[in-house]
Amino acid sequence: MKPEQDRGRLFTRRAMILAGGQALMFTGLAARMYYLQVVESSHYRVLAEENRISLRLLPPPRGRILDRRGAPLATNAQNYRVVIVPEEAENIEQMLDRLDRLVQVPEHERRRIMREVRRRRAFVPVTVRENLSWEEVSRIEVNAPDLPGINIDVGETRSYPFDGAAAHVLGYVAAVSERDLTGDPLLELPGFRIGKTGIERQYDLQLRGKAGNAEVEVNALGRVIRELRRQEGQPGQNVHLTIDIGLQEFVAKRVGEERRAAVVVMDAHKGDVLAMVSVPSYDPNAFNEGLSGKEWNRLITNPDTPLTNKVIAGQYAPGSTFKIAVALAALEANIPPSFRTSCYGHVQLGNQKFHCWKKGGHGSVDMLDGIKLSCDVYFYELAKRVGIDRVSAMAKRLGMGQSLDLDIPGERNGLIPTRDWKLAAIGVPWQLGETLVAGIGQGYVLATPLQLAVMTARLVNGGFAVTPRLTLAPPGVDPADEPPHSFPPIGVADASRRLVIQGMVEVVNNPQGGTAFGSRITEKRFAMGGKTGTSQVRRISLAERDRGVRKNEDRPWRERDHALFVGFAPVDAPRYVVSVIVEHGGGGSKAAAPIARDVLLEAQRRDSSSVMPGRIAAAPPVDKGPAR
Amino acid sequence: MRILPYQAVYQTEMTLRQRLWQINWSLIFLITVIGGVGIAMLYSAGGGAMDPWASKQLGRFALGLIGMFIVAVIDIRIWLRYAYVIFGISVAMLIAVDVIGHIGMGAQRWLRFGPLSVQPSEVMKMALVLALARYFHRVNIEDIGRPVFLIAPLAMVLAPVALVMKQPDLGTAVMLMAGGGAIFFLAGVRLWKFAVVIVVGLACIPIGWNFMHDYQRQRVLTFINPETDPLGAGYHILQSQIAFGSGSVFGKGYLQGTQSHLNFLPERHTDFIFTMLAEEFGLVGGLMVLLLFALLMVYGLAVSVRCRNHFGRLLSMGVTVTILLYVFINTAMVMGLIPVVGVPLPLISYGGTAMLTVLGGCGFLMNAYIHRDVRIGRHAGES
Repeated sequence: MKPEQDRGRLFTRRAMILAGGQALMFTGLAARMYYLQVVESSHYRVLAEENRISLRLLPPPRGRILDRRGAPLATNAQNYRVVIVPEEAENIEQMLDRLDRLVQVPEHERRRIMREVRRRRAFVPVTVRENLSWEEVSRIEVNAPDLPGINIDVGETRSYPFDGAAAHVLGYVAAVSERDLTGDPLLELPGFRIGKTGIERQYDLQLRGKAGNAEVEVNALGRVIRELRRQEGQPGQNVHLTIDIGLQEFVAKRVGEERRAAVVVMDAHKGDVLAMVSVPSYDPNAFNEGLSGKEWNRLITNPDTPLTNKVIAGQYAPGSTFKIAVALAALEANIPPSFRTSCYGHVQLGNQKFHCWKKGGHGSVDMLDGIKLSCDVYFYELAKRVGIDRVSAMAKRLGMGQSLDLDIPGERNGLIPTRDWKLAAIGVPWQLGETLVAGIGQGYVLATPLQLAVMTARLVNGGFAVTPRLTLAPPGVDPADEPPHSFPPIGVADASRRLVIQGMVEVVNNPQGGTAFGSRITEKRFAMGGKTGTSQVRRISLAERDRGVRKNEDRPWRERDHALFVGFAPVDAPRYVVSVIVEHGGGGSKAAAPIARDVLLEAQRRDSSSVMPGRIAAAPPVDKGPAR
Repeated sequence: MRILPYQAVYQTEMTLRQRLWQINWSLIFLITVIGGVGIAMLYSAGGGAMDPWASKQLGRFALGLIGMFIVAVIDIRIWLRYAYVIFGISVAMLIAVDVIGHIGMGAQRWLRFGPLSVQPSEVMKMALVLALARYFHRVNIEDIGRPVFLIAPLAMVLAPVALVMKQPDLGTAVMLMAGGGAIFFLAGVRLWKFAVVIVVGLACIPIGWNFMHDYQRQRVLTFINPETDPLGAGYHILQSQIAFGSGSVFGKGYLQGTQSHLNFLPERHTDFIFTMLAEEFGLVGGLMVLLLFALLMVYGLAVSVRCRNHFGRLLSMGVTVTILLYVFINTAMVMGLIPVVGVPLPLISYGGTAMLTVLGGCGFLMNAYIHRDVRIGRHAGES
């Protein structure tokens, strides 16, 4: 009995010790609970809220781009998509089979869908097809009871109703690239699009608007349980362009046949760009839907550079259109209009021979004749007398050799050479022969079609340094509230301008040698003036000249001359200016002037420059018109 | 709890009626309260629904209670006689699970018997208590001082430990060692021997580290610093602590726990059910549950001290210690005091085998109480 009792006492003692140890552990656990739930409670409460609440961005609708009369050029179209929610569809393969009977689901798409279904969480909808037609949508909706897990989803996509007609002005939107990230959280939203070029890029911030947000309760998988709070964003602002889409379409159609061309129509007084067309064009809608690598490659390797806006980024030797600047420089340098020189078809300078475009020569020519006949020898002489620096100074006053601050990206400066420029850039002093070549707009001289239009506008608008613009008012400002802008005078005497204008009127309307007489506007109130230009792409060798291989048609396309024309209308009170270039089109009078005629006629008929459709605007407050 | 008058004489034979008369209803009440808390929490874990967990758990609980009665009223000497047999079957099941066991949770833990799946490692926890109680019941106090007499019980502990480590199930291994150690301690093994074992054990840690699976090492490392990888391995501990802390003193309210219901809390119906309780009922609710288990401990202590046969003392205290080890390991783990190991909260966590094991253990506790005055000889069957 005794050992049994000892064993009992020992057990009791040790059981008490063990119980004491357990009580200690309970105390420890209680202390830990107190620490977590009382001492650190506020810290953990914050963490729990952060877990639970997630901020979702609500992308604002992108602002629209409107033409000068309010016609939408870029809008947001509703894009109907059919999506499948894996957790709601009992059998995905079977659902796709059923769906395939209603709308086509190609085999490769099916593989992509199954891949995405596997990769994503079961509640995340997977897009089956996008851009459904209304008919397809209704076919699915009618069969909805048989299609659990299949939903129709409406998204917004950018839509350009006029397709490629104004592509270079509008630009396009595409997925955000790494480079575009600026910290705006909107940019990190999957599927978000931003402007890549043109107006879409220039005014991207204003068009984009401000994101709203929604506070939602989410679970650990990120599934939204409910919405707690919502703050609407600010929709993007509309941008009102100066473009007249009717005219734009007309121009696009008129030059659409050419391989490479650029046309710009401007209001001479306000600087409003009414139409801006670069050929070839592209369809901005394609970017939105996502280009395949192959399509993109085709666009960027196309030798005709469809992505380049040739109106602002194409730099061409202006050829004879530059004679406007040379003539003004000469008149301002006190060379009278009556100054005459004799043209024998060429002029000799040292051992170099400078040719006139007319083989036999023009005979005795004064300034008006020089412009009308576009006599090269006469302008060699003028340039020689005035000197390159004064010609260049005048060209710059007319807007060449510099950016015109048009509100789309990609503008190029062109080149107006001076003595200092050549020494600095090439390191060789200026040669007199180069002055002669510059006198007919060849050699170093380069200008963009837009610069040539601005030159013409500054000549015919009463001598004001008008600059082009593509928007009627800054985004968010009603164009009606935008005060009219006034431009400083360029400081050229009215008499000088009138003489050059008269010369340009004769170019088109004088049957005796006017280089563009064939392209005159016969309806008198719409009559136009202008200047042709033919810029040589390649120097013609003496041997070729002797053989007589001079005709454009005899040369390969790539070596043919560029055809240029700058014009204005109506002649009595010039309001519209146009600048046309047809690359490798041959002579300006044959290839460019007819386009300019049709465009100017259309602009006047449409009354393009007024804001209200069909209303004939009051005569612009300017110039008394050229003295004839 | 009712204190029965001390009986001066040993009882030898008890009729079934006598045994039923001795059933302690306050213990059953306590167990039912704890089980009720579990079912209420599983109702919440199911998003305010009986399915999928609460209803099944209710059925198991009812089944377990019946089992508990049966275990309680079977003569204690029969348990003594079959203690080694039960232990042997448990070891055999552990070996079987190693060979043909079902793969679950990245470790082999389940055995299927038709519609039933059994976790032998759970059964083993009680079987080991039974076997050790029987062994030390036989050994007299002088012999315990001799190391030779400790070889057999050590083997009884280490064999199943080795088997569950192989599964690998760190939590069960720790519980078997701690539970076995407690019985050694209660049986009167000298303290310095524990010191030797602990020193040797510490020395073995580097070797054990080499035998650990990567995910176990990861658990230990993330326990040391959970914030380093908040979305990876430390996620469970961190989210559990957030749930505790955000529950504050009075909790977010029943069915209102955001951490649990939005799935930030992993395994909220099994190992992390205490976290969910603490989130929804706060410090007050958590302490209430700990108090219920403390009452169970006090009850177990009272029964064992009151017991007049050594087998009953060791059995009742061994069972009590084992059940509380579940509680300590589970709650300490979810509060971030120890690494994450798979140990359920007894009677509350969802899980069949653990429920039956714990209720079976309570049956032994009650059995010891019922047979507190039965005299059992040193050798099986002797009276």
